[in-house]
Amino acid sequence: MDFAYSEEQNLLRNSVVRLLADNYSFETFKKVSRGEPGWRPESWKQFAELGLLGAPLPEAYGGLGGGPVETMVVMEAFGRALVVEPYVPTVVVGGGILQSAGSEAHKQEWLPKIAAGDAVLAFAFAEPQGRYNLADLAVTAKKQGSAYVLNGQKSVVIGAPFAHALIVTARTAGARREEKGLSVFLVNRRARGISTRDFPTVDGLRASEITFENVEVPADNLVGTPDDALPLIEQIVDEAIAAHCAEALGAMRMLQESTVEFSKTRKQFGVPIGKFQALQHRMVDMFMQVEQSASMTLMVTLKLGDSESARKKAASAAKVQIGKAARFVGQNAVQIHGGMGMTDELALGHYFKRVTMIDTLYGNVDHHLKRYASLG
Amino acid sequence: MDLTFSREEEAFRERVRSFIAEHLPARLKGRTRRDLATKEDYLDWHRTLYRKGWVAPLWPKEYGGTDWSVTERYIFNEECARAETPPLIPFGLAMVGPVIYTFGNAAQKQKFLPRILSGDDWWCQGYSEPGAGSDLASLKTRAVRDGDHYVVNGQKTWTTLAQFADWIFCLVRTDPSVKPQQGITFLLVDMKTPGITVKPIIVLDGVREVNEVFFDDVMVPIENRVGEENQGWTYAKFLLVHERSGIAGVARSKKAIERLREIAAAEQVDGTPLIETDEFARKVAEVEIDLTALEFTELRTLAAEARGGHAGPESSILKIKGTEIQQRITELTLEAVGYYAYPDAHGFGDNEYPVGPEDSVGTAGVYFNMRKASIYGGSNEIQRNIIAKAVLGL
Ligand SMILES: Cc1cc2nc3c(=O)[nH]c(=O)nc-3n(C[C@H](O)[C@H](O)[C@H](O)COP(=O)(O)OP(=O)(O)OC[C@H]3O[C@@H](n4cnc5c(N)ncnc54)[C@H](O)[C@@H]3O)c2cc1C
Repeated sequence: MDFAYSEEQNLLRNSVVRLLADNYSFETFKKVSRGEPGWRPESWKQFAELGLLGAPLPEAYGGLGGGPVETMVVMEAFGRALVVEPYVPTVVVGGGILQSAGSEAHKQEWLPKIAAGDAVLAFAFAEPQGRYNLADLAVTAKKQGSAYVLNGQKSVVIGAPFAHALIVTARTAGARREEKGLSVFLVNRRARGISTRDFPTVDGLRASEITFENVEVPADNLVGTPDDALPLIEQIVDEAIAAHCAEALGAMRMLQESTVEFSKTRKQFGVPIGKFQALQHRMVDMFMQVEQSASMTLMVTLKLGDSESARKKAASAAKVQIGKAARFVGQNAVQIHGGMGMTDELALGHYFKRVTMIDTLYGNVDHHLKRYASLG
Repeated sequence: MDLTFSREEEAFRERVRSFIAEHLPARLKGRTRRDLATKEDYLDWHRTLYRKGWVAPLWPKEYGGTDWSVTERYIFNEECARAETPPLIPFGLAMVGPVIYTFGNAAQKQKFLPRILSGDDWWCQGYSEPGAGSDLASLKTRAVRDGDHYVVNGQKTWTTLAQFADWIFCLVRTDPSVKPQQGITFLLVDMKTPGITVKPIIVLDGVREVNEVFFDDVMVPIENRVGEENQGWTYAKFLLVHERSGIAGVARSKKAIERLREIAAAEQVDGTPLIETDEFARKVAEVEIDLTALEFTELRTLAAEARGGHAGPESSILKIKGTEIQQRITELTLEAVGYYAYPDAHGFGDNEYPVGPEDSVGTAGVYFNMRKASIYGGSNEIQRNIIAKAVLGL
């Protein structure tokens, strides 16, 4: 057993932390998240130059040949800096799904472009009626000759406004919530019949509502097994969950540390408020939640390659811990800052929003408790 | 003891209900739920109630109150919440008004009370300062006597909706040489006085809800002092207790739970309405039970008051539990809407319809914003300190 980073992983960690410290201040976050186009292609290029965009991708396709640990390192640093660029949709989901199930042609076309920062992908999986059930799909894809024809609506597709291509889950057979009958497609974002409504999210990202109206997708763009893609989708979502756990961990560390810092300098009744035992215990509880979250993030990261059922349990367990911790740490960070915690001007509130929304992403605490319990 | 309403009380409920139905314009209904109400929206409903004589149920009859019993006030609040009327801004009606009719002189009562009732004056509360929040008595804004004026210098902060205000009531330091609580004076200040600057503070959901208010040699006539010089702390404390008792918000929370149920009925989990799933149904039941307990705690407090007691430190229970419940409801509403919590309601122009089902719009913003409730009006930590000290004698 060894929880230490390798030399390469340490290097990666130091370089991403340094890059963000130099180039991704809170002011940058505010400017980028509020302005157009809602992300910073210049940052994306810098990420590519450092190798971050290829960190978990194979060397044969321009990546660094890393894996989940590399993703964890990057995402924790991104969480600390409130990075808005669509790393998870592009690298973890897009890169991940093509790497595990794409054809050789897909890999050759897309993976080097992802690693080089020339391609942005978005993951269109959620639907208005589906909540967190990945199989509750009303988007259909019907085979017609050498193409599939897509119809339906996808919700809150993060990063879609800047994406070149979409990874779309669709029903090719079976009834609405049936486990069989799902397929995954790689769809050109500009394909005819796609209409989008782009919008900002409460945590500073951009997303789109996407409507597919008789969108023709060449059969070659099917990724993985037709009519039986749920195992693939679940695997990729569990990988994305691990990445977002790391992101939330980075953000929670910021919340927890800045709260302790604040409590040492803010004085009321003639003493730093950190001297009040009621607040000390609260901050200790925050700290413990963060440490438990760090443990669960590591746990899920190391178990992504285990058996399907072990992986699923690990992902749900981590997501439950992170969701609960995010709520506790976020709420109390605001509370202990008093009025200051309510201001848009402080970075704190933006971390609070980011960690709150990560609970929603890919299923909240209730969803994952249920999934965990159902796995026996 | 009896839990049922009398025939007269039921008739009263009918009168209130039909008055609201007749006078509340559809465009105002539920407006504040999304924090979109403008000054005019608030004042519109305020004035409607004023014309009816119902704007200040808590005030004594002689100053424009309604002379309602505790039960009638309870019914009135329930009906307003049920119909989702815009809530009334408390700074005049619930805060400075009672201070003025309790401690002010005849001239002040005559000058200010009618304009509070009519809505002609919008008041804001100038207590907190950058260095004086929980420890309010450490406030530093200085007022120095100069003939028949006080000259005020300093800064207030977190001043809710000061951008709309005509008047601000302030705690200022008039004697720095004594114990902090003993050198404070309560002043009424016209916001148009030269030397006052108001700067916006944007809060978590992107709204300009609070402000910084700067005082630079602001001349305040002595006649605008309430009560005695250096006795302001007494009046301030009276007001804080007043502020707390209204803060339970039971009727509004009931309505919010009803909304939550509707939202959770529309949302589907694997084809079942979310509200019918065990996990969620239990969570809603739990917050409703908490609210029932709070409602009866409030009724007990009110009944004790009606028998001649007055709201004491126990009112801190209402503040703590009331705000925790409000926060919990916004948390569950956020959970209920799933992915449609993501769109930023402020990211859409006036003429654009937002993304997602109508009831999901702005739920995350409301959740973020409601974190304020355990901070303002004396934070929940401070309320616990009060109960520990004043009730438990610790
Ligand atoms: C949205 C909003 C609107 C407001 N509107 C107004 C207004 O209109 N007018 C006005 O005058 N003020 C207003 N306030 C200010 C509000 O009353 C103060 O924020 C509040 O009193 C807390 O003060 P503070 O922000 O300075 O926090 P601090 O007093 O610095 O407190 C920071 C943290 O320390 C805790 N703490 C402090 N002392 C103790 C202790 N002894 N034991 C344990 N914990 C302690 C607090 O509970 C809090 O969690 C508003 C605040 C908000 C957020």
